[in-house]
Amino acid sequence: METLEQIKARLEAVLPMTKLDILSNECPAGDRSLLVHAASGFAVAKFLRDDPLLKLDYCSNVTGIDWPEATIKTKVKKKVAVAGVEKEIEETIETLRSGHLEVVYHLYSMELKHGPVVLRLRTENRTDNTQLPSLTPLWRGAEFQEREVYDLYGVIFEGHPDLRRILMWDNFEGFPMRRDYVAPDDFEYEPTPHDEVLAEAKKHYPVEPKSEVKP
Amino acid sequence: MSAIAGTPPKSFAVTPKLDAQGEPMGELLEVSMGPHHPSTHGVFRMDVVLDGEEVVKLKPVFGYLHRNHEKIGENISYLGTMPYTDRLDYFCSMTNNWGYALTIEKLAGLGVPERAEYIRVIMAELTRLQNHTCLIGFFMQDMGALGTPMMYAFREREKILDLFESVSGARMMCNYMRFGGVRVDVNDAWLAQARKVAGEYGSFLDEFEKFLTANEILLARTQFVGVLPKDLAVNASITGPMLRASGVNYDLRKVDKYGIYSRFDFRVPVGEHGDIYDRYMVRVLEMRESIKILQQALRDIPAGPVMDPKAKLRGFRPKPGEVYGRVEGPKGELGFYVISDGSPNPYRYRVRPPSFINLTTLEDMCLGHKISDTVVILGSVDIVLGEVDR
Repeated sequence: METLEQIKARLEAVLPMTKLDILSNECPAGDRSLLVHAASGFAVAKFLRDDPLLKLDYCSNVTGIDWPEATIKTKVKKKVAVAGVEKEIEETIETLRSGHLEVVYHLYSMELKHGPVVLRLRTENRTDNTQLPSLTPLWRGAEFQEREVYDLYGVIFEGHPDLRRILMWDNFEGFPMRRDYVAPDDFEYEPTPHDEVLAEAKKHYPVEPKSEVKP
Repeated sequence: MSAIAGTPPKSFAVTPKLDAQGEPMGELLEVSMGPHHPSTHGVFRMDVVLDGEEVVKLKPVFGYLHRNHEKIGENISYLGTMPYTDRLDYFCSMTNNWGYALTIEKLAGLGVPERAEYIRVIMAELTRLQNHTCLIGFFMQDMGALGTPMMYAFREREKILDLFESVSGARMMCNYMRFGGVRVDVNDAWLAQARKVAGEYGSFLDEFEKFLTANEILLARTQFVGVLPKDLAVNASITGPMLRASGVNYDLRKVDKYGIYSRFDFRVPVGEHGDIYDRYMVRVLEMRESIKILQQALRDIPAGPVMDPKAKLRGFRPKPGEVYGRVEGPKGELGFYVISDGSPNPYRYRVRPPSFINLTTLEDMCLGHKISDTVVILGSVDIVLGEVDR
């Protein structure tokens, strides 16, 4: 199969307006991935599927990842001249990572038996702008998996034929796979609560109106 | 392929059949099959809309067994997930263990000793044998052959589970593999017993096939029922025996050659029509190939250690990075996607469950068939709800 750089060069020639980045992977056995801007995600995926050299007809795995806002510390070695003597100093650089949700597609070719090409799409943020183009119109195999990502992460796939919750029930609130999800208080854990569980459970009981006792 | 890609499932709005005057001939009936229905192999529900006896719409509903396996995996250590993988597809815990171990070995760059590789192949092929045997038993049960074929299948399965139990201590929840090898070595008596089981399995299959393969009822119920066309199967990411029954030669043991599968001589059975009968037949032939692999592996297994000495069980912290590993499970491609951030827990842990994704085309296969056929079609997909719901 072509290297990711060759695929990227060809994509840029065919779709000149696309923004593409190759993300490195620190694990030597893992694969690097192609980060695509959400707006051109569908066009890039269609190219990867239909291109005669690639023919990535099999979308094996679709998954979401939650990246909350965080400061990332990277250590950089620097040479500084202190009083005429060169010294190596380790410096920590803090960068602010804006929060976003990410969807990863692992694409293989069943016909040419190669792969994977790892495709990543990112949402604008984690709260109100979580739309991404759905790739289900290209690969039916993404149908249930995108529903699952919607269900557990809250990514809204535009163009998905049947976007409903799949593993959780329909009127469930929240997205359980997000890093900041807090599980609801399990106050009905014991049928007859006592001790700490009772103290917790009492917070959920309705307040009884005080009965007026006449002397 | 483009004709199929892009078309949503056909049954979004359904109406009853019309007569010559254009009037509806009757009413549609909506049936909720399951979750507690014996044919659904667990707690699985199908919302079926019927026109007479014919299925015009079918929506699978699942999640009754959902426990958020992936979240559990992100909150415990790498090794702690190993016993949880047994509970995914509880028929094939050995293959699940292998898939997870393989992924983490890729992530951490661990090697596996020769003997452990052979043991893994033996375990995986034994698992495949017992999974396919049981599936055919259940599947006969779905068609109305109550009890007998399933008991024949379970008798043989028990012999394999005895082997698992004597080496790992558990019949089904084996928790046997580790990053960089397997937990305990097998002894000569175990190998002799495994050779005996593998040697006798062929004659059991002959007996099983004598009753089933040319059985008139089986032929009538399965041939040209639930046909899955080749291009749809590829487009819908169907894997495993279901894909191969539709005529696509794609077996990860041949494509990826993970482990030591390149050393064995075996063939990949491929179907022609993509109907239920082909799915049945592909599984029977696959079992025969598994026996061949088992006999080669049991003949060639070398002596030696079963754990990589560099592998650390406690305080295991792989370097940051991400990896996707996959194995050919008995139900299809079982994949694990793990992102490490250098801490003792994975940052992201994802399972690609084969039977969950194989259900994508359930509606396409069932439309136009009778309600009794949906039970057989579902049986031929081979689902385990522990894995579908996770």
